[in-house]
Amino acid sequence: MSYRVVHYINQFFANIGGEEMAHVAPELREGFVGPGLAFNQSWKGEAEIVATVVCGDSHFAEHEKEAQEQILAWVKELNPDLFIAGPAFNAGRYGYACATIANAVKEQLGIKVLTGMYEENPGADLKDKILIVPTANSAAGMRKAAPAMAKLALKLMKGEKLGASCEDNYMPNGIRVNFFEKERGSKRAVKMLLNKLADKPFVTEYPMPSFDRVAPNPAVKDLSKATIALCTSGGIVPKGNPDHIESSSASHYGEYSIAGVEALCEATHETAHGGYDPVYANADANRVLPVDVMREFEREGKIGKLHDLFYTTVGNGTAVASAKKFAAEYAQKLLQAGVNAVIMTST
Amino acid sequence: MKLELGFIEIKDIQFSNECKVENGTLFVDAEAVKAFVYEDDDVKAYVKSACFDIAKPGESVRITPVKDVIEPRVKVEGPGGQFPGVIAKVDTVGSGRTHVLRGMAIVTAGKIVGFQEGIIDMSGPGAEYTPFSKLNNLVMVCEPVEGVHQHDYERAVRIAGLRAATFVGELGRNVTPDEVQSFETYGIKEGIEKFPTLPRVAYVHMLQSQGLLHDTYVYGVDAKRTLTTILYPTETMDGAIISGNCVSACDKNTTYHHQNNPVVADLFEQHGKTLNYVCNIITNENVYLADKQRSSDWSAKLCRLLDLDGVIVSQEGFGNPDTDLIMNTKKIEQMGVKTTIITDEYAGQDGKSQSLADADPLADAVVTGGNANEVIVLPPMEKVIGTLNYVDVIAGGHAGSLREDGSIEAELQVITGATNEMGFNRLSAR
Amino acid sequence: MVKEIERAGIPVVHMCTVTPISMTVGANRIVPTIAIPHPLGNPALSKEDEYALRKKLVTRALEALSTEVEDQTIFEV
Repeated sequence: MSYRVVHYINQFFANIGGEEMAHVAPELREGFVGPGLAFNQSWKGEAEIVATVVCGDSHFAEHEKEAQEQILAWVKELNPDLFIAGPAFNAGRYGYACATIANAVKEQLGIKVLTGMYEENPGADLKDKILIVPTANSAAGMRKAAPAMAKLALKLMKGEKLGASCEDNYMPNGIRVNFFEKERGSKRAVKMLLNKLADKPFVTEYPMPSFDRVAPNPAVKDLSKATIALCTSGGIVPKGNPDHIESSSASHYGEYSIAGVEALCEATHETAHGGYDPVYANADANRVLPVDVMREFEREGKIGKLHDLFYTTVGNGTAVASAKKFAAEYAQKLLQAGVNAVIMTST
Repeated sequence: MKLELGFIEIKDIQFSNECKVENGTLFVDAEAVKAFVYEDDDVKAYVKSACFDIAKPGESVRITPVKDVIEPRVKVEGPGGQFPGVIAKVDTVGSGRTHVLRGMAIVTAGKIVGFQEGIIDMSGPGAEYTPFSKLNNLVMVCEPVEGVHQHDYERAVRIAGLRAATFVGELGRNVTPDEVQSFETYGIKEGIEKFPTLPRVAYVHMLQSQGLLHDTYVYGVDAKRTLTTILYPTETMDGAIISGNCVSACDKNTTYHHQNNPVVADLFEQHGKTLNYVCNIITNENVYLADKQRSSDWSAKLCRLLDLDGVIVSQEGFGNPDTDLIMNTKKIEQMGVKTTIITDEYAGQDGKSQSLADADPLADAVVTGGNANEVIVLPPMEKVIGTLNYVDVIAGGHAGSLREDGSIEAELQVITGATNEMGFNRLSAR
Repeated sequence: MVKEIERAGIPVVHMCTVTPISMTVGANRIVPTIAIPHPLGNPALSKEDEYALRKKLVTRALEALSTEVEDQTIFEV
């Protein structure tokens, strides 16, 4: 028994016509149409296109909601192992349609999807959501694109583990995957440098990310009435690390009471952090979490109150996404507790 | 400066009542090694016991917790000796001739701080990730005397390992090497005259220097007390830099990595062909911001002063050293010197997080040693050298990492050398 | 992490040694500290001097929290 595939193409690849026929409404045909033949040939019977959706590019753009509903209904009924769209090369509206409909099929029907297009196609903006095989910028690249897409499609249908983007030939999707290169890192570095020095093209293995920003909140008006909380990424925990926060790559954060605690000391607190020399923090945890000073300010009335709970994580090797999740979670707790400001310390 | 390395292939290690290298086999009397190791006062004072074992490629053996890995070598001609300023007296090394027992290593094992020591598997999936699974390893498992301060103990075990390597290296002094290679870089003017058309390239070698248990030593000097400076590449090859690091196992540079620095090797391979390998610039990774600024300023300044066209920058560790890496790269690029950097990633177990703690668009040529957070399952081994007691708490492990059957589920972080940032391995990520 | 607290609507000051990372990750109020293993202390000082140092740093943090800022600002000590 072979895997069942539904294919999406536009009016042009269905041989209906060019721009003048781009208005045609979606239509469902049995079996393969046009480029579907190349997929079927690559799959050699292991998978087969059971139906093809044809839709005009302008129609999809102008009636996206209706077209999508119609196509989803057909795909749901057919319940294929994979939904494949395109390849769209550098056709902008076609690429957009392929990516959008594929994403809808994945999100709403939970069916595996794949599409292919040129890297600068606007449809490629969805590359973090669906797998997109990079292709040449014109249909002349079909001979290469079809087998490449067919190969990855078959891997998906078989449920095999996805390799790194450069191994399995999809556009980098923000998920880093390890794999073994042919040459060791130092050799790759020397080659990359020689290309850079000669002004020849080179591909970085890790493109630098861009960072988002959050606007600052208004200042605290009156410190003497404010409740201030202490938080740290320096891993300060009660002695013995009762919640087993990992020394690196932590999977959870700690919430601990300091109600009635005048100062931290060697007997009561230590650090779980594995990234720095722990000796100083273990000997005197106030060096990371300044409970002693905050208590003095509280007594003096300089601040209203030191919040009874402190929040702690280990920054060392902990993924940014986890750290973000921890902080977002305890920020809500702080809000509910009426905390007015936070001092966050890092090691 | 010109260095000849004579490689003696070691294909097997056997315990014996005598010590010698014969036909590619190291015969070693553990008691004799131990006696030499114990001649040091710190070792005497702080190391309660040292036991020896042998681990060979393909065996069902797990070594943990691993501290350092060292290649035994001996200076046979020219000034200096092994590990100048630490074992041998301070003399400039990097010239003359040194014999290398290739294919083997001394591995020091045993608990130091409990969470920063690694795992070496000699077979199975874990073996794919560590270069040390391919070596014949003479393992020295150390135990501390009670109540010892961990800084003192780290130093004692560091010295013990280097002494063991020195003892074993000495056995290669009068053995005829299987292969001899020579390495030479030139003075500034001499180099330009020899290779007038080739781009001038150096290696910016970042040394971990964050604290007493996160340190690297250059000619015996603690790297955190150094200013960025210049070495002949052959000095590094000849034991000038040693590891005193107890940091996450995957991307710490062991002494073996320094002795066999792959960037040095691969730059030498192109030296005189496609580039002119000028020198190594060593710079530290300190915990004070002012130090980070000063050291990276000096890296950039030296690159300009040496009229370099390009450099390779390698990192050690992760987290705040990412800032040293980015500062170095940014400042060097701003001097008009092109960079390629080698690092590794902490992208989360799902690979979805941002990989480095710092970033800059000028760092546009990056080689990665892979995502250290990726989870791996290491099947049980028939024999454990050392102890599994620390698997749950070492960096990259978690409560329950060690399963009942002896298998381990943990991040790649736990494996010694897995995501090395000198580019020692083929592992990468996209 | 500071960004998530800021996003929740609570003003936050980031006390850290490696201020470039703090800038890169987008903290808005930043107070530079002593060293990574002991941001708010210095084991080389006497107990009293060390406490005074910590008090000075935390005072600066409170000043940062009660100062309006429009952009990322480092409050030098």
